[in-house]
Amino acid sequence: MLNYTIRRLLSVIPVMLVVSVIVFMIVHLTPGNPAFLILGEDSSPEAIADLERELGLDQALYVQFFNWFSQVITGDLGTSVYSSQSVTSLIAENFGPTFSLMALSTVILLAIAIPVAILIVALRKTVLDPIFTSVSLFGVSVPEFWLATLLVLGFGVALPIFPVAGYVPFAEGADAWLHHILLPSFVLAIVEVGIIARMLRDSMLDSVNQDYIKTARAKGVKEREVLMRHVFVNALIPTTTVLGATVAGLLGGTVIIETLFTIPGIGQLLVDSIHRRDYPVVQGIVLFIAGIYVFVNLLVDLLYTFLDPRIRYD
Amino acid sequence: MLQVENLHVHLDTPGGLVKAVDGVSFSIQKGETIGIVGESGSGKSVLAHSLMKLNPEPPALYPQGTIHFEGQPVLEMGKTELRKLRGNDIAMIFQDPMSSLNPVSRIGKQLIEAIQAHQKRPKQQAREKAIELLEDVGIADAKARMNSYPHQFSGGMRQRVLIAMALASNPKLLIADEPTTALDVTIQAQVLDLLKGIQEKYGTAILVITHDLGVVAHLADRILVMYAGKIVESGSAEDIFYRTSMPYTWSLLRSVPVIREGGPERLIPIDGQPPSLIDRPAGCAFEPRCPFARDACRQVDPPLEHREGNHSAACILSSNEFEEQKKQLEGVLTT
Repeated sequence: MLNYTIRRLLSVIPVMLVVSVIVFMIVHLTPGNPAFLILGEDSSPEAIADLERELGLDQALYVQFFNWFSQVITGDLGTSVYSSQSVTSLIAENFGPTFSLMALSTVILLAIAIPVAILIVALRKTVLDPIFTSVSLFGVSVPEFWLATLLVLGFGVALPIFPVAGYVPFAEGADAWLHHILLPSFVLAIVEVGIIARMLRDSMLDSVNQDYIKTARAKGVKEREVLMRHVFVNALIPTTTVLGATVAGLLGGTVIIETLFTIPGIGQLLVDSIHRRDYPVVQGIVLFIAGIYVFVNLLVDLLYTFLDPRIRYD
Repeated sequence: MLQVENLHVHLDTPGGLVKAVDGVSFSIQKGETIGIVGESGSGKSVLAHSLMKLNPEPPALYPQGTIHFEGQPVLEMGKTELRKLRGNDIAMIFQDPMSSLNPVSRIGKQLIEAIQAHQKRPKQQAREKAIELLEDVGIADAKARMNSYPHQFSGGMRQRVLIAMALASNPKLLIADEPTTALDVTIQAQVLDLLKGIQEKYGTAILVITHDLGVVAHLADRILVMYAGKIVESGSAEDIFYRTSMPYTWSLLRSVPVIREGGPERLIPIDGQPPSLIDRPAGCAFEPRCPFARDACRQVDPPLEHREGNHSAACILSSNEFEEQKKQLEGVLTT
């Protein structure tokens, strides 16, 4: 297991190398000159040229890449062109809200999807199942920004239960933290509930007709216990795969949600930095997000060994 | 102990109504071993599952007939009554031991679950009982094996575990649905011996379902031959093997490969296919494949008729007529 983990961590290196190249290219091939944006419209061409030289933007693209990449390897993601702060510290400062959003929406996601899927499977012979299938499809198709706006109008404006924007760190009070973050987390979770509940339902229905379920029924085990101990536990394995991708994907959703709810997280920092053509920050964040993706997937693979005793990596 | 009267089981499939079991009657006495023999699709598995109402519904329907276990009508039982019947009075082992155990749950846990489903025993006691059961079915080092997962056992060992599980509550009837089909030959014999031993030790009645005549010859007091959802011949092993009175049984016996000195004996297949159970043709279902068929066979579907002793057969030929015809045909075939 330890060997496997180390091997997996090593395999992250080529992945991150490819990601670095792609990120660098996308950022640098985007039109717009950072020096021009920083100095403003009235700046002279000489001043812009000076700043470009200072930022290293006048060098050939591959030279810029190797300069940046040799820093990245040492753990230094560079310095923000806009605020002169180091990118690592910017990410560290903004990660709290994003992590809170991801964690809470994962909890909400599971708290809704698991009971719903179990209920649907228990009542699979009723009309509830086809209704669920359509509703889940609807849920998956709902755009986040639209749902977020509706909920803000509903529970922020019409019924002012939740604040419409802003963020309070957990350290300053769990109540206030939850109060601010509940609505955005809910929006983030709800669009994924359909996918996870549907996946769990499908896996459970696959499992319902397996031979070992027949064995359990033939033993005289209560149907409820058959469902929980045998059907559900076996359905967790395929669902975890999808859950891993979904949780990592929540990070993408935070970009929209943080902008809508003005939460000072990674997503908002990313959007702002793109507007400012703050290359080092954009590159740093995208690299960081890719890293989280890889990390979550590794976690899922390790989780399998607990869910399925047949899987051993050594 | 168990009476099945004129049982019909239909499967409501998209292709049409499959008459999987079409008017079957038989009974099982205490401690008896009965074998049901038939080829794939003859309805024998559906019949076996019906005895504890284990066929998935839908598609299964029970339009006609009754099953009584110790006087109680099984088909009319509710969920709770069925749960008390299953595993407690009637237990079952299945064809494929590789897939019949929950792959993510420890053997011990699955055994304890079977014990606690019907007996209010504290966990520790149930655990001891589980170890006893494993030892009973010949699993070495049972205590340590309780913590193993199914994939750590061979096929034969898993079938033993499943048998142990079935014995958890001392059932009165053990249904074995193709218990040896998925196992290799040496293991088959071990599992059959185990079943035989259980019967001698506990007096459990056993209903064994198989397509393998060797299995029933080894085990059964009484044999029922099934074809196209009906019982076409029934009797003692001697009746079936030596006083065969139904062409299907005769063909089935001839299709068993025999290995003897002086080279391989030719295996004689039964030509054609079993009839569709959706549109059952009029007349005898075996008629299209029967070497003794005559015109009358296309019109009349012969009922199961009493012959001698406990021997019954469903054929318009009497036992003597069949014997004569058979000799003629065998004469032609050997020359």
